[in-house]
Amino acid sequence: MPANRTAAEVLEREYLLVRAKVLEIAASLDRIDRAGGEPADPARAAQLREGLRLLLADNPGRAEAAQALFSLPYDAGWRASFGLADPTHA
Amino acid sequence: MDYFDPHIHMVSRTTDDYLTLAKMGCVAMSEPAFWAGYDRGSVEGFRDYFEQLTGFEPQRAAQHGIQHYTWLCINAKEAENVALSREVIAMIPEFLGRRNVLGIGEIGLNKNTKNEATVFLEHMDLAHRLGELILIHTPHLQDKYAGTRMILDMLGGDARTDPTRVLVDHVEEHTIRPVLEAGYWAGMTLYPVSKCTPERAADMIELYGPERLLVNSAGDWGPSKPTAVPDFIYEMRRRGHEESLIRRVVYDNPRRFFSGCQRFEFRTRPA
Repeated sequence: MPANRTAAEVLEREYLLVRAKVLEIAASLDRIDRAGGEPADPARAAQLREGLRLLLADNPGRAEAAQALFSLPYDAGWRASFGLADPTHA
Repeated sequence: MDYFDPHIHMVSRTTDDYLTLAKMGCVAMSEPAFWAGYDRGSVEGFRDYFEQLTGFEPQRAAQHGIQHYTWLCINAKEAENVALSREVIAMIPEFLGRRNVLGIGEIGLNKNTKNEATVFLEHMDLAHRLGELILIHTPHLQDKYAGTRMILDMLGGDARTDPTRVLVDHVEEHTIRPVLEAGYWAGMTLYPVSKCTPERAADMIELYGPERLLVNSAGDWGPSKPTAVPDFIYEMRRRGHEESLIRRVVYDNPRRFFSGCQRFEFRTRPA
């Protein structure tokens, strides 16, 4: 149920905000580079690079995809791993 | 616009915040039991906290015309201490007759551990046995997705669970769908850094519609904004959404969910 807005209107309203966020990310990456040496956590650095790549996808659902990138996996067998029985079938 | 904040920790806030919230249209709020910033050492610490939630806070809110409700539990961070958790769970029924108690919450997971899951199941059993509503905390950041799925497993694994009597809070883009598809209520928490922004919450209303969706500030002692719900209202208006849609999310939906508790006696403003 989007309100009655066109893509052009949304872009016009969001442009400066998104521009500012892009600059913040750019400055953060520069700051990391300036600090020199290896990143403290290479896995995190790689995760951020992958997150940026996700933004360039030409399809909706970028926010959900980014959330998935920053999430630990779900193990459907967690209950058995913990030795926790189903309370109604214990 | 009159609104509810269905999740806010007023024990951490000043009286000035009550005044500000009242001026911005907050007519009712619910305050889940949560972590105090340190692990409490005994069940008596929780008894004192529950006295504060059911005695002092409703009085403080009433001075500003706000109706204060609450939820009781031992939170997920302290659930690592299973023995203490069991003492607290055994003590909770002493407070369930208090007029501002809506149910059991915010129970949930934090780091998705066995102890947290054990205590979650025992809280859930208490709620089911006593016919109480349930308010659920889902984990933060990288633990949210797996933790939310584990919580849904535990809820769905108990035949007594009625999804219409459970609110799963702190949903985001990657967890909202499974929560709503399973028939539960879902809350979006508007937090400055983690969780969700007013803009993203408005996006999710546009994507999923207003059915069984709530927004809250979860204002507490950390970086948070108790006036985040008015920020959401403003964002929705800025996008051109109808007042009736906004009101449904910030007023009608929490009122409808809370009405599942027989102790909930909401008083509307005089016409």
